[in-house]
Amino acid sequence: MGKIIRFLPLIVFIALGVVLYRGLFLNPQALPSALVGKPVPAFTLAQLKDPSTTLTAESLDSGIKLLNVWATWCPSCRHEHPDLLELAKNNRFTIYGINYKDDRELALKWLRDLGDPYRFSIFDEQGKLGLDLGVYAAPETFVVDHHNIIRKRFAGPIVGQVWEKEFEPLIKQIEQERARGE
Amino acid sequence: MQLIKAILILVAVFLTTLAVNATPSDTHSFDDPVTEKRYRELIKELRCPKCQNQNLADSNSQISIDLRNEVYRMLNEGKADMEITDYMVDRYGEFVLYRPRVSSLTYILWFAPAILLLIGVIVVVSIARRKTVDKGDVELSEQQQQALDKVLTDKDKS
Repeated sequence: MGKIIRFLPLIVFIALGVVLYRGLFLNPQALPSALVGKPVPAFTLAQLKDPSTTLTAESLDSGIKLLNVWATWCPSCRHEHPDLLELAKNNRFTIYGINYKDDRELALKWLRDLGDPYRFSIFDEQGKLGLDLGVYAAPETFVVDHHNIIRKRFAGPIVGQVWEKEFEPLIKQIEQERARGE
Repeated sequence: MQLIKAILILVAVFLTTLAVNATPSDTHSFDDPVTEKRYRELIKELRCPKCQNQNLADSNSQISIDLRNEVYRMLNEGKADMEITDYMVDRYGEFVLYRPRVSSLTYILWFAPAILLLIGVIVVVSIARRKTVDKGDVELSEQQQQALDKVLTDKDKS
């Protein structure tokens, strides 16, 4: 017993060291979203392409959706744009844009020049919806399931391997849940 | 004379550096000093989600400006400090708080230092106590006892 007590501080110290050392290699930007498991926050905004429309959370379709936060002032958004256009071709999910704190004319020009991967873009000029989603930069992408529940938040551009690693498994999982009628 | 000159130059150098400081552009003003104090406290305790090692008060990033505006708006609406921090946590997670709240998730954060200190104290005390007990247990051999008696009696005589 005496022996164990004598070595207890060393054991505790080593255990703490291992935990903290591991912490050095975690990605501090990979924050878990506070909104995972919660429904899409309520909003009332217009479409980017038509200021006279009124969109709410109910305007989204009943399938699996990606909400992609983008802006013309965001270089990484341009970087991920071709990948989004590619993703938009499949019919497993719908991509919606949230045009975040942007200029309407510039944003419309961007979509004309580069192509439009979105069913529609929500025009969030004040960043109010972005704030309610806990967005802190662009691009960010949210996966929303068929019950309008947010399942994932991803900060950064979807390029290269990111889709396969970060999104594909979750999309498959939601598809299975949906097939089971959950 | 040379020394005085050197000191004067040194003082002059430090005085010029005092004039330079970087402050974030925060233009919010309050009529009420109490609200202003609450505002300063809140933006000091809330972390910028983008620039993670700065608080809202220190950061000039777009998101910090937005969140400061949000804090300002809510204060003017008469919201309590708790409501404002809850609002931020609902959107950005516990992460936005520089001082984490006490919950089952953060027990280890709050109580581990005290527990570690307690373990340390227990170990130190138990080791120290055993050492004194060991010394008390030493028994003198017959020879040693005689030598001791001799010394003591000699001392009495002198």
